[in-house]
Amino acid sequence: MVFSSGISKSMSILIIVLLIVVVAGGLYYYTSVSAPPQYPSKPITFIVSWSAGGGTDRTARMLAALLENMSGWKVVVENKVGGGGTIGHLAMATAPPDGYTVGIITFELSTFEWMGLANVSYKNFKPVILYNKDPAAVIVRADAPWKDIIELTNYIKENPGKLKASGTAKGGVWDIGRIGWLKNAGVNPGALPWVPSTGAAPCLQELVAGGIDICTCSLPEAGPLIEAGKVKGLAVMADERNPAFPDVPTLKEKGINWSFGTWRGVAVPKDTPDSIVKILHDNIRKVINSSQWKEFMDKNGFGMAYLPSDEFAKFLEKDYRDVGELLKAAGYI
Amino acid sequence: MFFEVLQMILQPNVLFAILIAEFFGVFIGAMPGLTATMATALLVPFTYFMDPLTGISMIIAMAAVAIFAGDIPAVLLKIPGTPASAAQTLDAYVLGRTKPVSTLYTDLTCSVIGGIVGSLILIFTSPVLAEFAVNFSSVEYFWLTLWGLSMAVVISAEKPIKGVLGVIIGFLIATIGIEPVYGYVRFTFGRVELLGGISFIPAMIGLFAVPELLRQISRPYERYEVQLLKSKKPYEMALTALSKFKTTITRSALIGTLIGALPGAGADIAAWTSYGVTKRLSKKPEELGKGSLEGVVAATSANNAAISGAWIPLLVFGIPGDSITAIALGALMAHGLRPGPMLFQRHGTLITAIFAVFILANLLMLLVGYISIKLSSNMLRIPRNILVPLIALFCVIGSYAVNNSLFDVWSMFVLGILGYFMERLGIPIPSVVLAIILGPMVEFNFITTLMKSDLNPLIFVSRPISIALAVLALFTWILPFIRTRKNYRR
Repeated sequence: MVFSSGISKSMSILIIVLLIVVVAGGLYYYTSVSAPPQYPSKPITFIVSWSAGGGTDRTARMLAALLENMSGWKVVVENKVGGGGTIGHLAMATAPPDGYTVGIITFELSTFEWMGLANVSYKNFKPVILYNKDPAAVIVRADAPWKDIIELTNYIKENPGKLKASGTAKGGVWDIGRIGWLKNAGVNPGALPWVPSTGAAPCLQELVAGGIDICTCSLPEAGPLIEAGKVKGLAVMADERNPAFPDVPTLKEKGINWSFGTWRGVAVPKDTPDSIVKILHDNIRKVINSSQWKEFMDKNGFGMAYLPSDEFAKFLEKDYRDVGELLKAAGYI
Repeated sequence: MFFEVLQMILQPNVLFAILIAEFFGVFIGAMPGLTATMATALLVPFTYFMDPLTGISMIIAMAAVAIFAGDIPAVLLKIPGTPASAAQTLDAYVLGRTKPVSTLYTDLTCSVIGGIVGSLILIFTSPVLAEFAVNFSSVEYFWLTLWGLSMAVVISAEKPIKGVLGVIIGFLIATIGIEPVYGYVRFTFGRVELLGGISFIPAMIGLFAVPELLRQISRPYERYEVQLLKSKKPYEMALTALSKFKTTITRSALIGTLIGALPGAGADIAAWTSYGVTKRLSKKPEELGKGSLEGVVAATSANNAAISGAWIPLLVFGIPGDSITAIALGALMAHGLRPGPMLFQRHGTLITAIFAVFILANLLMLLVGYISIKLSSNMLRIPRNILVPLIALFCVIGSYAVNNSLFDVWSMFVLGILGYFMERLGIPIPSVVLAIILGPMVEFNFITTLMKSDLNPLIFVSRPISIALAVLALFTWILPFIRTRKNYRR
């Protein structure tokens, strides 16, 4: 060998031993970082199915920012918009199940299969955590003649087709809220025809202007108009009253067993390991308990909620079933 | 409330964003051919990733300054930088041959005054109008949007038939996707990407930026060489204008705001109208067009007032007053801010902050305008073979960034090429854009109104306000016939 003359035999043995140590150590290190306890070792991508700047996007970006602050993770938010939310949800469901592509799923996931928009539902996901819920409510003009929700329900029953309700597109979340309320009160949903609207704000405007009679959007959306004394909430479709609107009773209190609303949560593809789901859940749980998160949600009128992975899974299954039944009951599918 | 708003707009990031936007506005406005509308379309995708106030402040500041900066090449080169400066170009150039800096200072002063007058009218009228508009149901909105569409036909084209064509093309573009009443899918050809319709901002970039790029490419290369002559008393002319033409400035600012607030008419029509009125009322009408200071003052106060005025119908009814606010509508919606009376109820503080930004941006324009006048000769020398590719790049990035979708980039190009040919055929692009926005509103309000009345059409004239709006809309339809008769008699 060319260089063996300059190096003694013991020296070359030492070099070989050192080389072996380095390679073995490197291998050991490599295997240890790829093991699950080290997750996450690279940036995580949050997929949002709705446009940048919208409600879902803003909650996702806040979640990402707080995760970066509190857990030291690097989180990127990516908007995959289009097809009424189907494109983003499909992308989340088909992502590699390694915990690096995380979906922000929304209520619409419960509707895609029923409406024939896309073949994706809760079955394609492993739920991580639910962080937001905005229950539907029954909102009428402040000078409306009905004392409470029971009087209104009876009026609808006795005068079918006389009143009109609005809040979203046909088959949208607030429409399904209306169908469930009437069906569980023993009234034919057709007795309160639905006038489609492009959202809660134009629907509330219609309500104030006298174009329609009932709006079934969420209480925070109607909040400023309730404060201004222009509209009032007769009931909220939730298990408990909203602390910000303590005077509005729940449907259940009034004997109508129905709660429903829109929601947002975090989910990963179905085959993701449970250990990763747990790490994600624990860190996001910390975030949604923080004061910054609470302040952000309050300020923007998003309802705070929490469901751990297993309960979120049950919730999703029930939501999916409810939506299907009601869409059928209303004759939409 | 007052201090809260001050705190909001005086944040370093908001101030910094306004300044950046103003310099961007100067740059685009001063480049002949690059318009304020195009600058807005290029800027909006980036505002998606900011907080609402910062993003909207940038649009407001940028548009105001771009309209002023359009005067710079009008004075120095006899080429209006944007269409809004066309009305005063002849007068400004004659004045500028001897005193370019003085003329530009006068332009700047009048632009700021016009902008502030327009902003004040916006600030004081829109909350009152919003209070009134709370009573509007889909019936009133149907007539209001129909009137807006009719204005788009009547105002923006020389021949109404071309306006009608533009509106129909806009309708067709807007029809693509899931229809909002019954959820019926139209013209998607099975493409999932089209379910939500053609993305609005990429469409705007395509319609407003790409045709200009194609035109720049097809034009022979020319360099703009200008020397700024030093004036002795550069501020004298502005002071003369202020003292001598007080009434002209005030009248022009009022006309500008009003024209700006009409749907379909923007800063360019505001400037021409004000110039025309001034010519009729002037003591020396024969001087207009030959270097009249009064003519310059009239046009330049009006176009900046129109920029603020256009926000009145946008914020109160969700109906944009010009092409710039049409694009701003997309930005507002992206931030979950749906214009209309409910916006004033739900986001009162934000609206007040936006109003404050109007005043702030116009005041800052004094500073930015001053710097840009000093640098104007260098700015105009920027070679076009660098500028055009740079803008093309911005078009692609902007279209992609809105939804992270390559499909949007292709729709931008397709609409761009469509826009180029429409311009060559004299079909007004602002009419197309207004139809893209108002068409679905007319349709939606028409159908939901009928659903409310169980298909009884009498509901359309069942309320007093709706009757008034119906008369207004139908009157707009006979306007072109009256005009042609009059021309014939002459």
